[in-house]
Amino acid sequence: MTTAIHPATAAGPVTHGPTPIRMPRHLLSAADLNRSTAEHVLSTAERIEQAIAGREVRKLPTLRGRTVVNLFFEDSTRTRISFELAAKRLSADVITFSAKGSSVSKGESLKDTAWTLQAMGADAVVCRHSSSGAPHQLSAWVDGHVINAGDGTHEHPTQALLDAYTLRRHLGSLDGRRIVVVGDVLHSRVARSNVLLLSTLGAEVTLVAPPTLLPVGVDAWPVTVSYDLDAALAGADAVMMLRVQRERMSGAFFPTAREYSRSYGLDERRRALIAPHGIVLHPGPMNRGMEITPQVADGAGSVIVEQVANGVTVRMAVLYLLLSGEMSGGLA
Amino acid sequence: MVQPRPAQTGTNGSVSPSAKPPVNDRPAVPPGSDRQPEILTEILGRADIARTIDRIAHQILERNGDRPVILLGIPTRGVYLATRLADRLAAFAGRPTAVGALDITLYRDDLRLHPPRALEETAIPAGGVDDAIVVLVDDVLYSGRTIRAALDALRDHGRPAVVQLAVLVDRGHRQLPIRADYVGKNIPTAFGDDVAVHLTEIDDIDSVELARAVPSTAQLKGKS
Repeated sequence: MTTAIHPATAAGPVTHGPTPIRMPRHLLSAADLNRSTAEHVLSTAERIEQAIAGREVRKLPTLRGRTVVNLFFEDSTRTRISFELAAKRLSADVITFSAKGSSVSKGESLKDTAWTLQAMGADAVVCRHSSSGAPHQLSAWVDGHVINAGDGTHEHPTQALLDAYTLRRHLGSLDGRRIVVVGDVLHSRVARSNVLLLSTLGAEVTLVAPPTLLPVGVDAWPVTVSYDLDAALAGADAVMMLRVQRERMSGAFFPTAREYSRSYGLDERRRALIAPHGIVLHPGPMNRGMEITPQVADGAGSVIVEQVANGVTVRMAVLYLLLSGEMSGGLA
Repeated sequence: MVQPRPAQTGTNGSVSPSAKPPVNDRPAVPPGSDRQPEILTEILGRADIARTIDRIAHQILERNGDRPVILLGIPTRGVYLATRLADRLAAFAGRPTAVGALDITLYRDDLRLHPPRALEETAIPAGGVDDAIVVLVDDVLYSGRTIRAALDALRDHGRPAVVQLAVLVDRGHRQLPIRADYVGKNIPTAFGDDVAVHLTEIDDIDSVELARAVPSTAQLKGKS
């Protein structure tokens, strides 16, 4: 046995494991995540998937006794169900609140709704709203963590995370990967969040859309813009089709659906232009025959169904990372 | 090294610390330069660790006979120890031993008290743990909370016939009614102490060290 006295250094006892990664308090925008935080969320999701793979009991006790409120002011199927399932798989109590059939239809304001949630002690509020910035407003009024589940035409950060997760599973690191995002960029919160997150993760994003469906100021985004889909698709690592959001269109953005589909729709001929290992993504819900043909949506290289499954895993990771460590002194 | 640290306020083994106010269970020294000096004692060296693992492998065989066992290491260092044990078991028994990893982070009872931790690998050997003899492997047994979490995690993976526990070091101070079936070395410790296990797989060296805090001059003066 050797005995020595010396001051404790970095080689001395480590009291708390690896350096914690600083998560933002709320997840309102994909820009809230820097590269290391985003990669931390994605690798946490991988570990969660690993931990529950092949199990009969697909539930973890991690958020036992915590309350997650799903606050949906706008229609949603997969995002709402996905968040609900994610919270339940982590053993949190989930309250789902949709504007229809609640006091909102009697004229209650967002602020009054927020105070109600505050009084009920929600640990996390998942908010979907048709107005851009509503979750941001909400985060000033409640103590819980706010997660943006899509606000107007602004952002949808968890969708971007699940897309990045799906891309990483098929392509490995996204550094230098060429990803083409096609369609109604103007109305798409999915596109905004994806552009931010994918470029943070090192991917090269190309946007392809008719000029009428590109937002003002797109030249300041970290992307390449093109109007020629065939040229952009050549050799791309992935193509992400966006839904044509008819419900948000007040004017005539393109002459006919048929013309849009001819110029900007993904059919089998165009599908064959991307790299052999390339994959096809769509955030859903799809307008089959409009932006994507059924043959491509259901064909080889389509990961659209997998995106839905990955959504649950990624949202579990987000809830875990936001809600653990609350009492550790402001690091959460 | 990830290691549970008991509250100095003296709990009676309650499993629900989430209901308690945050306790500062770290020594009251900020990490960095002005930490108190401490006495480092090497308890086990490279050859000692190899011999200890050989002995535990023999004990596992002695206890379980010809029945196959599944070794599940608790990350990080438990996984390396489990792999070494599986290697020795295969050499002594002449047949391969299943080995895997079981991350317990999502089952911890102190998740609210610490910043979110990075999750580690979970890998259950093909065939699962149902009706198997599972030996959990960890580097240091201390409060017992890690093992409690591991038992909970294991329950969600299936229903083993028997669960046993092998640890390289037992340093005492249990907060839960848990004991190990196979112990490499018992090391009596005090609350300020720390046991550091280093394994070549990640630390470039095989050793077990005991770090004992040196009382500060102020404390010594106060006593005299």
